[in-house]
Parts: sequence; C-alpha cells; structure tokens
Amino acid sequence: MKIPHFSRKTLCIPYAVFLIFFVIIPMLVIVFYAFTDKNMHISLGNFIRFFSDPTKLSTIVYSLVIALITTVICLLIAYPVAYILARSKMKRKFVILLLFVLPMWINFVLRVNALRELFNLLSSLQGMDWLASSNYFKTVFGMVYDFLPFMILPIYTTMLKIDPSLYEASRDLGAGAATTFLRITVPLSMPGIMSGVTMVFLPSMTNYVVSDMLGNAKVTIIGKFIYEYFGTDWHMGSMVALVLLVVVFVSTWLTGGFSSEENVRGANL
Amino acid sequence: MAEHIIELQNVTKYYDDNLVIDNVSFYVNKGEFITFLGPSGCGKTTTLRMIAGFDLPSSGKILLNGKDISLLPPNKRPVNTVFQRYALFPHLNVFENIAFGLKCKKVRNTYENADGKSYTKTERLSKKEIGEKVKKALALVDLEGFEKRSISTLSGGQQQRVAIARAIVNEPEILLLDEPLGALDLKMRKEMQLELKAMHKRLGITFIYVTHDQEEALTMSDTIVVMADGVVQQIGTPTKIYNEPANTFVADFIGESNILTGTVVGEKRVKFCGKAFDCLDLFERNEMVDVVVRPEDIVMCPPEEGTLVGDVISVVFKGIHYEITAQVGKYELVINSTESRSVGERIGMKIAPDGIHLMKPKYTTNVFVGTITKRNTVKFADGEFACDVTQLYPGSHLDAEEYLITETGEKIDLTDTKVRVEVGLDDIEISDDQGAGGTTGRIISIIYKGDHYRLIVRTEGEEEEDFVFSTDDLWNEDDLVSVIIPKEKIKLSLAQTEEKKR
Repeated sequence: MKIPHFSRKTLCIPYAVFLIFFVIIPMLVIVFYAFTDKNMHISLGNFIRFFSDPTKLSTIVYSLVIALITTVICLLIAYPVAYILARSKMKRKFVILLLFVLPMWINFVLRVNALRELFNLLSSLQGMDWLASSNYFKTVFGMVYDFLPFMILPIYTTMLKIDPSLYEASRDLGAGAATTFLRITVPLSMPGIMSGVTMVFLPSMTNYVVSDMLGNAKVTIIGKFIYEYFGTDWHMGSMVALVLLVVVFVSTWLTGGFSSEENVRGANL
Repeated sequence: MAEHIIELQNVTKYYDDNLVIDNVSFYVNKGEFITFLGPSGCGKTTTLRMIAGFDLPSSGKILLNGKDISLLPPNKRPVNTVFQRYALFPHLNVFENIAFGLKCKKVRNTYENADGKSYTKTERLSKKEIGEKVKKALALVDLEGFEKRSISTLSGGQQQRVAIARAIVNEPEILLLDEPLGALDLKMRKEMQLELKAMHKRLGITFIYVTHDQEEALTMSDTIVVMADGVVQQIGTPTKIYNEPANTFVADFIGESNILTGTVVGEKRVKFCGKAFDCLDLFERNEMVDVVVRPEDIVMCPPEEGTLVGDVISVVFKGIHYEITAQVGKYELVINSTESRSVGERIGMKIAPDGIHLMKPKYTTNVFVGTITKRNTVKFADGEFACDVTQLYPGSHLDAEEYLITETGEKIDLTDTKVRVEVGLDDIEISDDQGAGGTTGRIISIIYKGDHYRLIVRTEGEEEEDFVFSTDDLWNEDDLVSVIIPKEKIKLSLAQTEEKKR
C-alpha cells in the first residue's frame, strides 16, 4: 500500500484558498467600493466627503480618545496585577488569575446587559442621578470591564518568562527596588504591554455594542458608523472601514508591533 | 594573621520547614580564593546567596569586615555575583550590561570652591568615567570591541566573560561565583579555570566560588569548604582535604578512594583486609575505624613481597594511568598505577604508613525517636514497624488482648509511648517492592567499602529520617526502595529525652 504523501506545498493549498477568498478578495472589494460612487464609477467623492465632514472627523477623534482612555486605564489596573501574580510564590495564584480572566468566558452581551442594569439601579439612587447622563463614563467603564483580561493575560505571561535571576542581578549590581522595576521589569515586559495594548485598543475603537448599550446610543464610535453605513451607503461604509484600517496600521507600526525581533521574544500583534 | 573579610557565625537557614543550612560557622580570609564544594542540595549555593543578600539567614550572623550585614539588602553590599546562567540583561547590549552597576553607583567627590574651601558632593559617575571603566573591564576579559554587540549574538564563553566583567567593573570587595563554568564544555572550562585564577591574582580581591566539581575546586582554590547536608564537613587547603579527609564522605567525594572498615590493633597499627598495617593516626586499641586508602597509594609488587596478595580482575586505561581492580579475599581494591597488569594476574600490594588514613566512623548504628501505636507496633521514620514491646520491661509478656503485663503483673497500655529505636548497620534490608517494608525512601548515598556498600536511604515523608546500613548488593542512587527491618532487630528503650540523636 502506498502511503499518501503530502508535500508542504500541497498542504498550503487550503490555507491559500482561504486567504484568497476571505482576506484578499474582500479587501479588494472594500477598496473598490470605497473609491467608486453609486454608479460604480471611479471617484474620490467618498474620500473628500469623509474628510470634509466635521461630524465624521469628530467621531474618529472621539473613538480614538475613548479607546486611548480605556487602554490606559486597563494598563494601569492590569500591570500591578500581572506583576504581583507573576512574582508571588503563592501556591494558588492560578486561581486568582482565573478569577480575573473568568468574565471572558461568560457571554459578552450578557455581561454588558448586566452592567447596564446595575448602572440603571445605581442611578435611581438618591445623589447618583448624574450617572444616568454620564454616557461616556459608562461606556469607558464597560469597555475597561470587558477588555481588562486581554490586558492582564499577555502581560502576565511575558512577566512569567522573565528569569528571576535578572532581578537579583540588578539588585546585586547596586540597583534599588525602584530602579530595578524601571530598568529591568518594564523594558522586559514591553512585548506583553504592546500585545495587551493592541488587544484592548482595537476592539474599544470598533466594538459599538458596549457604547450602544451603556451610552444610551449617545456615544457613537467608529465601529457603529461602519455598521450604519452598510445599511444605506456601502461606498461610504467601505471608505470609513479603510480609514480605520489605516489608523490601526499606523498605530501598530508606531508601537513597533511589526519588528520581527519582538515577535521572537514574546507574543505580539 | 590575615583579616577575616567574611565571617559566618552559627548561620542556620530554613526554606519553609526544610533545614538547608545547619548551624554553619567559618571565616574567609581577605584576598583568598575559597571554594564551597559539595553535591547538589548540600547548601553551598544557599550559603553564597546569603553572603550576596538574596536569602536572609533564619538565625545566626554574617559579618563583613567585622560588621553585621545579615539583614542588609543586596544592593547595599560591596559584593558582586557571577550567576550560574550569567543572568545577563537580554534587552541591553554588552556595554549597557557592564555599565549597569556603574550607573547605579554614587561616589563622593571633593571639590574646592572659589574661596579655597573644600566640599564634598555625592554624584553619579560621569559618562566618560563609565566608558573608561567598561573598556578596562572588557580588556580584562579579552572582549575588546564587543561594546555594541547584543547579548543574544554571543557564545556561551563570551557571555560568561561579559558576566564576569559586569561584576568586577564595580570593584567589589568580594566576587561571588555560583558554578559559573557549569554551562561550558570541558575544554573551555579548563581554560576559564586558569583565567579566573589569573584574574584573582591580578585583582587581589576575595573570590568565593561554588562548585560541585571536585577537580575544579582542587585546581583553583586556596581553601576548600566541603559541605554536605547543610553542614560543613571539612575546611582546608586542597592538599589537606585530599590527603587528610576528615571523614569518609570527604574521602569519597574528593577523588577516588578505597574505603574499608578496620580495627585498631596497636599503637599506630590497624588491621584491615585481614592484614595489619603501620599507620600514622593514633586511635584507641580495638576501636572500629574507617580506613581510607587512595588508589595511587597502593604500590604493586611481586606477590611474595606484598603485605596483601590478590588477583587482578579488571584493568582500565585512563590516559595518564591504569585503573587496576584487584580482588583480595572478599575485598576489592582499586589501584592507580602507570604500569599495566593483565587480568587474572596475581599481584602483591604494599601501602606505606602515610597512605593509610584512619577516621572515626560517622555511623555506628541508627537511632530514631518513635512512638508505640495501638497494635504494639512502633512508628518512626515515616513508617510503622512490627516490634517486640516486651523488651521495654524486663520479664514482661503480652496478654491475650495484647496488653503488656510487667513482671509484677501490672497491665500497661503502651499506646503513644515515646521510645528510642535503635537499628544496627547490618540489620536493615531494602527491597524494590514498595509494600514489603515498614517505610519507603530514596537512596541518597552509596559508598563502596571494599567488600560491601554503605547505603543511606532517606525517607520521603515529613520526618525525612536517614537509614544507614550495609548491603552486598549494588543499588542505584535515587532508587525508591522499601526498608525492611526484622522484628527482632528493632531495639527499643524508653525515651529519656525527646532529643534526636544519630
């Protein structure tokens, strides 16, 4: 009996087909729609309309600001947690980590709904009525709540990989605890920070379910925009999606996510 | 008298509940090359870590130049460490790694102001000073021009050199080296040994070196501290440790040796292998002693001239010498000689008095503290053994309900009675069948004693007791075995104190 032999090339075919049909062709379709008008004529109309419309531009800026605030808060909460858990000799630290990550396994819509009910309940209390109208606050709160595990996990795993003797070496060479933290811990956990930031920043720009449900539909982020346009104007929707793609590409490039050396040392992108 | 740069006074260290360093005291002279030598888990690295400040002693004191530094954090101690796997910072290049300590350093400089008055300022080192020092350190380890290289592009030997440069650039009073050559290949290791020794001479600072490699310790050190089981076994010069080992552990660990059991038969005369020999050590007549004879101290001669006569059973070529094993009666002796012999040949052997070292045997019997349980069994060393409880009270016997009736007819419930349990060295057997005996443990030491093996089995439970005994069978270290003791061989006596003795 002849054993069927698959060369590496043959094994690549299914993936190539997948990539062509689900990545490359859709991309081309989006680019095509973005630069055509309703009569399918090539035009820069969408591009010009997008960048000359103050509401659209301000939405982009709003999205960026919300995503940025969410990312920073997530980082401020996650970093100490990851640091303490990774360095502690606690026997049950896995359980604590699990508790932080557990919400990830519960349906996303359910969690956001629960949070909305909680906010409704709180704002009905005396002196808490400001909460009812603080749509941005609630949106950011919900996003931090939802995306925190995505920040903790990568930072925690990178920190676990840091050889503890490096901390000892730093102390041995005369560095105090603070210097050791700034010059050893932070730089060596940078790959984890980067991948955490990417995993929180992007969804918080595009995930409009949180902003819709918690922000009383008053907070419009870029993802919502795309969704709405694809109901009426595919061409404009494609243009917005393309602009978002460029924003993401540029921010990833700026944070060094493409440098191959970082990918070797820790998970990134 | 030389200055004591480091002194340990009654230092004891527990990790959780495990005793890793047991009341260790010794000192290190300024400028010497001292090596902590011992098998893994003997506490040598822990001792080094306590001197560096990474671990704090549970009790006892560490003095540096006479001042107590036991609780000082590592960054405040004038010592630097070369780590086992180098611990170089992967995100910094060679220059930045070596400059790390210098950048943390603050120095007091004295200046004169306009009025001619001098004042001192605490400052960091300037960029220029750091650059010069790094350059000098790199030259010292033969890595000129490597400043910009990233750590991951260096070979093991080069990383080793960077690690040494990173430590010595800070001009520490003591350089600690934790098995620094362990990751290098043999040839590289030999080279680095000599280089380190030369570096020690050039720098003139104290080196404290940790290794499990006895040859490395003998080559490099001024003084060797032999450790085992958290206890210092012997401190001395390499020559002294090799020629006059303090006990069989040291004799067995440092170099090859024939370890035999002998009896003192007169003034400076000892009998072993059935023959009496002159020796240099004075012991009481009729005392049982451990006899250590180095393989190179046995001289072969024609059978009629030898004190001992035996047959060659194996010859192994070792490069510089032959390792010849001879059967003398029921004993096996190992001889190192530049002359070869053929297997089966009858040879005579002579040993000069200074080739025979006598030492008090470390173990003569096993003593444990145990508790009698309900079924008239005794519980000790993480196990339970059948025993004869009537030996506790002369003339007593057991009644039908298994209660002890003394000579006078008194009925005693022995449950929970503390007893001293004694088991002779020849009364213990071990078995692969884990259910066969009263307790199980791992073999932690095997020493060949000419015609039998001396084994130590350490139980795996909380008590971690050691059983020392003789056996004719060859076992492997780390084997999990069951310990069998015949009922009649367990000697019980009522415990006077709760103190554990061995």
